[in-house]
Amino acid sequence: MKNPLEKYEVVIGLEVHAQLLTKSKMFSEAPNQFGANPNEMIGPVCSGQPGSLPIINQTAIDLGVRAGVALHCKIHEESVFARKHYFYPDLPKGYQISQYERPYCTGGYVEFALKDGSVRKINLVRIHFEEDAGKSTHASHGTLVDLNRAGVPLIEIVSEPEMRSSEEAGQYLRKLRSILRYANICDGNMEQGNFRCDANVSIRLHGAKEFGTRVELKNINSFRYVEKAIDYEVSRQADALEQGEKIRQETRGWNAVKGVTEIMREKEMAHDYRYFPDPDLPPLVISPQLIQKITTEMPELPDAKRIRFIEEYQLSEYNADVLTNSQELADFYERVAKGSGNAKSAANWVMNELLGRLNAVGKEIDDTPVSAENLALLVKNVDSDKISGKIAKTVFDEMFASGKSPDAIIAEKGLVQISDPAALEAVVKKIIEASPSEVAGYKSGKTKLLGFFVGQVMKETKGQANPGLVNDLVKKHLDG
Amino acid sequence: MDFNRLEILDLLEGYQRKEFSPSEVAQSLLTSIEKKDGEIRSFLQVRPDVTLDAARAIEKRSSEIQKLPLYGVPIAIKDNILVTGWQATAASKILKNYVAPFTAMCVERLESAGALILGKTNLDEFAMGSSTENSGVAPTRNPWKTDRVPGGSSGGSAAAVAAGFAPASLGTDTGGSIRQPASLCGLVGVKPTYGRVSRFGLIAFASSLDQAGPLTRSVWDAARVLECMAGYGGKDATVSRSVVPKYTENLNESAFGTVRNLRVGICTSWLEGVDPEVRTAFEAAVEKLKELGMRPVEVELPNVKYALSTYYLVATSEASSNLARFDGVHYGYRTPNPKDLDDLYCRSRGEGFGPEVKLRIMLGTYALSAGYYDAYYGKANQVRRLIQQDFEAAFEKCDVIASPTSPTTAFKIGEKVSDPLTMYLSDIFTLPANLAGIPGISVPVGVDSAKLPIGMQLMGRHFDESTLFQVAYCYERRRGALANAPWRGSKSGAGA
Repeated sequence: MKNPLEKYEVVIGLEVHAQLLTKSKMFSEAPNQFGANPNEMIGPVCSGQPGSLPIINQTAIDLGVRAGVALHCKIHEESVFARKHYFYPDLPKGYQISQYERPYCTGGYVEFALKDGSVRKINLVRIHFEEDAGKSTHASHGTLVDLNRAGVPLIEIVSEPEMRSSEEAGQYLRKLRSILRYANICDGNMEQGNFRCDANVSIRLHGAKEFGTRVELKNINSFRYVEKAIDYEVSRQADALEQGEKIRQETRGWNAVKGVTEIMREKEMAHDYRYFPDPDLPPLVISPQLIQKITTEMPELPDAKRIRFIEEYQLSEYNADVLTNSQELADFYERVAKGSGNAKSAANWVMNELLGRLNAVGKEIDDTPVSAENLALLVKNVDSDKISGKIAKTVFDEMFASGKSPDAIIAEKGLVQISDPAALEAVVKKIIEASPSEVAGYKSGKTKLLGFFVGQVMKETKGQANPGLVNDLVKKHLDG
Repeated sequence: MDFNRLEILDLLEGYQRKEFSPSEVAQSLLTSIEKKDGEIRSFLQVRPDVTLDAARAIEKRSSEIQKLPLYGVPIAIKDNILVTGWQATAASKILKNYVAPFTAMCVERLESAGALILGKTNLDEFAMGSSTENSGVAPTRNPWKTDRVPGGSSGGSAAAVAAGFAPASLGTDTGGSIRQPASLCGLVGVKPTYGRVSRFGLIAFASSLDQAGPLTRSVWDAARVLECMAGYGGKDATVSRSVVPKYTENLNESAFGTVRNLRVGICTSWLEGVDPEVRTAFEAAVEKLKELGMRPVEVELPNVKYALSTYYLVATSEASSNLARFDGVHYGYRTPNPKDLDDLYCRSRGEGFGPEVKLRIMLGTYALSAGYYDAYYGKANQVRRLIQQDFEAAFEKCDVIASPTSPTTAFKIGEKVSDPLTMYLSDIFTLPANLAGIPGISVPVGVDSAKLPIGMQLMGRHFDESTLFQVAYCYERRRGALANAPWRGSKSGAGA
């Protein structure tokens, strides 16, 4: 189908697994650390030794509560850990400790802006705690199991099926990740797998009341791929329906190389997880005092910061949204804005120049070679007419390449703007004398030729001339 | 000197008076195990060098004897309890050669009180059974009469103490596995309140029911071992943080004053179907309690008739989950040359587990499966709450509840193996305490005409082990020494 969206409405619900930033694991003292050698970050609980017992990591609970507060959830004073059973080599106990009938959070929402400026609010079903499984690597000689990840604390955030496009799904995830990162709950690194997303996707005729059969998409490790996988899946489902086929309830994996979703397992093969309350763990109690304390200590979250940026720095809704996307970016921007005293110009430099260039080389704001202090200095130099806006871009290029301060670059290359009328007047005269036909044209009414003279002067001064002053001088000499 | 018959109290007094040393005692017990355990088969592992090293180490601390309440006391440990460096097999082929990487909290506490690990004892595989015939290694024999079972599942621990190999042992009790073998072997056995003793380091059978406890030859000894092994250790979230009383402090003349006027609850309807000799001995024991000044009161326990069905749903459900970890992947038995992953799981578990364990895993898996959960596991937990409420109501009217521990004395090896349901009935008096989470103690009250011991069970309120110990202690003093006990070298047993 050319455009399935004309006929069908897309229904998307997302399940996000976010690893919590704790020092140790969910139910043991083993370290929670990414990137170590296989099976070095494990203890008896991680490998499911007989006789080992789970003990709840209070820091994980605190971070989970912080997520509940940040996402406006109802946090339950009592919730229950349950065992979810299945056999797999990277699940040494034969069950995963999770929460089932009584999660610690229900309700809540995520609010975000779309490119057209409209605001969407997606409700959450629940958040629950669980422990991560280990990692299996399938090699030619067999399967290798690394239990370093086994027992890492997770929260699973389940949305209502309220998203209606891949863009909404992408924006939901970006906003959710931003909130979790602001509040220091989760690193949000999809490639490292500490922020993972499964998408439930179905389609139905516009106006239909019933949901279509849903397909679960797994193995998606970037926001872009989430959007692509959903788009692919919507087309696939629409094509199937158009050909009179039924959608099968199944789990499909995203194949990033082929750009397609592929079947992983059908519903008939679905597990019976035999959930039951974990008898090793008493009900989890979260006191109103703890919720109060965590609410009080909550750092400024993206929505609050966005509103403040609009008010304090007179930024547009869109610019404020982009600049508050991450804590690091927002902090960087604020340092440039405050250091330069020109919030608007600071926003332009950060968004148009710096982010563009970082994006081009695949770097994050954390890795910027241009410090906030140096960027503020550059803005100041332009504002004080020390250099022109055009020269400033040359200086910025050099700052990005070398990490040097703008003053050092300006001094080294002699790029200080020429604002001395006497010095410029000589150049202006020289250009006018050398261009008799253009002078005649100008005098006959082709005033657009003014730009030609200004351009020639700028060229002659290697761009260092103060453009406003050159303009005035050229006019004076031609008109006078 | 004959150390086989000594109680913990005798050992402590002897050490204090320097009549003998921990190494002498340990050496002597190890020698008798070597000589006589071939017939009884109470031990699955002894490591004489390790035990003797520990004995010599504790001797160097003889100045601390007052501070070490179990100074130099050798204790046998059921082989489903972990002790670093020792095997921990739960008498299952699936854990054959498994060596414990850490020590159970309760054993760690005993060791820091000065106890010596004497060896690891036999049990019904994964503690599932009432006769120790389900051991994946070999059945254990009852030292009172070697054609009889010692009870189970802590049959090895009971036989070791009854045979005179150890003054005390640890067992675990999920539905009677300490109290029933104690009864069948003429010992004192205690199932503490759920949450009194850390389960850290116990190979789990049914997590909401399991408790470790002592088997000894006297009430005072049991109290001493429990007061050392109990308490919160930070590694089991279900353990109470409340202070563990010094149970032995009250086990003297003062106990007789405390016990006088206590009410002992008896549920007469419960006694139907009990072996007549057991019933007679039990009623005689209740007479002795009356002589101590206790008042018998009739109590109703309307829902205990459902205890067996409830237990076999709760326990098997939890077991099916707890035993999922034995899958041939990370440790333990793995089938040779599996075709694929499913084959590895099916054959490792199929070959590694014995028939009773497989039966219970299948029952539990069924009870937890989608569509059956509410009817089975869910319903069983509702009934479990009713049974708890029965006991709460009963303890409004009385201070302890007395019953026989087991409906029969020790039965013959092989007599009940083919009929699991009859075997399960051995535990009808002990199961309710596990379901209710309350403490229970079994005390010997005499022998039947076949000279096999009979036990009385006393159950108490949550965390009220103190009262149980005091009543049992006064009863034991009133009763006097047990005739024909094998650890005293009677002719019928291993001590001969």
